[in-house]
Amino acid sequence: MQRKKILNLLTFIFLLTVLKTNAQHESSEAVQHEVTQHDEHGKALTLKEQIKADIKHHLLDSHDFHVTDYLTFPLPIILWDNGLQFFSSSKFHHGESVAESNGNYYAISHNNGHIYKTDSSGTIHYNKKGFESNEKPLDLSITKNVMMIIITSLIIFLVFSSLGKSYAKNGGIGKGPGRILEPIVLYIRDEIAIPNIGEKHYKKYMNYLLTIFFFIWFVNLFGLTPLGVNITGNIAITFSLAILTYLITTFTAKKDYWKHIFWMPGVPAPMKIILAPIELLGTFIKPFALMIRLYANMKAGHVVLMSIIGLMFLFKSWIGSPLSFGLAFGLMILELLVAALQAYIFTVLSALYFGSAAEEHEH
Amino acid sequence: MDKLLNEFSFGLFIWQTLLFLALIFLLRKYAWGPILNAVNEREDGIKNALAEAEKARQEMQNITADNEKILKEARTERDAMLKEAREIKNNMITEAKEEAKVQANKLMEQTKVAIQNEKSAAIADIKKQVASLSIDIAEKVVKEELSSESKQLKLVEDTLKDIKLN
Repeated sequence: MQRKKILNLLTFIFLLTVLKTNAQHESSEAVQHEVTQHDEHGKALTLKEQIKADIKHHLLDSHDFHVTDYLTFPLPIILWDNGLQFFSSSKFHHGESVAESNGNYYAISHNNGHIYKTDSSGTIHYNKKGFESNEKPLDLSITKNVMMIIITSLIIFLVFSSLGKSYAKNGGIGKGPGRILEPIVLYIRDEIAIPNIGEKHYKKYMNYLLTIFFFIWFVNLFGLTPLGVNITGNIAITFSLAILTYLITTFTAKKDYWKHIFWMPGVPAPMKIILAPIELLGTFIKPFALMIRLYANMKAGHVVLMSIIGLMFLFKSWIGSPLSFGLAFGLMILELLVAALQAYIFTVLSALYFGSAAEEHEH
Repeated sequence: MDKLLNEFSFGLFIWQTLLFLALIFLLRKYAWGPILNAVNEREDGIKNALAEAEKARQEMQNITADNEKILKEARTERDAMLKEAREIKNNMITEAKEEAKVQANKLMEQTKVAIQNEKSAAIADIKKQVASLSIDIAEKVVKEELSSESKQLKLVEDTLKDIKLN
């Protein structure tokens, strides 16, 4: 919510900075504008605090879909709490009030954006570590992230199914917007799947590898738009992706894979006993590393980018602000690279793990 | 780690897993399957086309080589024919020359013989005429010599003088 205000502020300050020569006058106006911002307790926030809150808010999932302060879509809340609770997120008033459904009261924690069951006044209790101790219903709401996953999936589906259909119609040559992505499909097949998995077994993994690459890439790119979604920077998403890689690796594994884990050939017997738990642990660490890598990279990218954008407003000078703008611009381009790179890394490593599972050794 | 777990949303995890699996299955049926099939077919087509082009090139090369060979043979044959013709011509010329020489010699010989014959005939004729002339002259001379008695007597005397009786 503050984000939208900051956006307005941004436009305002930017216009003033550009158009006016009297920097003194304009910054005093900006300061006046700043102090009109308040936190949820009605306390006035400094610009720095606003930016900090804004970044934090951006990184979290949200139960509303807001484009600007004046254009916010409520999303459906679906809770499982002794029966299905279904209501609109507008009941929370952007997380500021308590929502009531079938005699139960729910509130959104500002700490992590999750819904907790509360008393009628919406009190959230915190434990010693500072975490919420209220009862937490199973939250199956269509949140902003879920919404963006659906939209991205639809876009991916439309682009590639139209490409898939165009081959038959156009005599084996792709047509339409998906065509520019065809080389990437081929790249994943020829440079990722075949070298890592092998000519013999790669086919059955192609569906997963292609889907995961384009899903992560598209979602990462959407994360860079002003829609401000941070899907892959969410641990639940990367956990889901990593666990799929883990499950596919485990369930398609051949005898050789397990043999190499529990009874490593070619080493002395005592070493085999020592290696077995290490190798077994390795099978969990690999997908865990996948999960953390994607999550941390995307989240860190968003934090740094937003901080530098925030700097523009803090500097309020002729030199500092354009400098931060240039820095943010450069970083944005870097993030575009990172978006593709992380998708690539996730796909390559998944292919590598599948390759080790499908491998048949000749001893 | 605690903060990470606190941030973890189980609902989001469920949605992501369900939607992602649905996406994989839909894409497998409507996108990756047809795309990979079409691409594979196209690649096979390209491979075949290349192989055929290579084959055609090879054939073309063979044909060119054959042509070259035939041309070369034809050239050799032509050269041989020319050479032969030249030889024949030379032979003919030599032979003709030879024959002409022989013929000429023969003609010359014949001519010589004819000339000889003519000459002989002419000489004989001349001899004859000379003889008759001589006889005529002798007759006239004798007639003249012996026209008188004294002369006849003198001749007898002279002749008798010459004839010495040995």
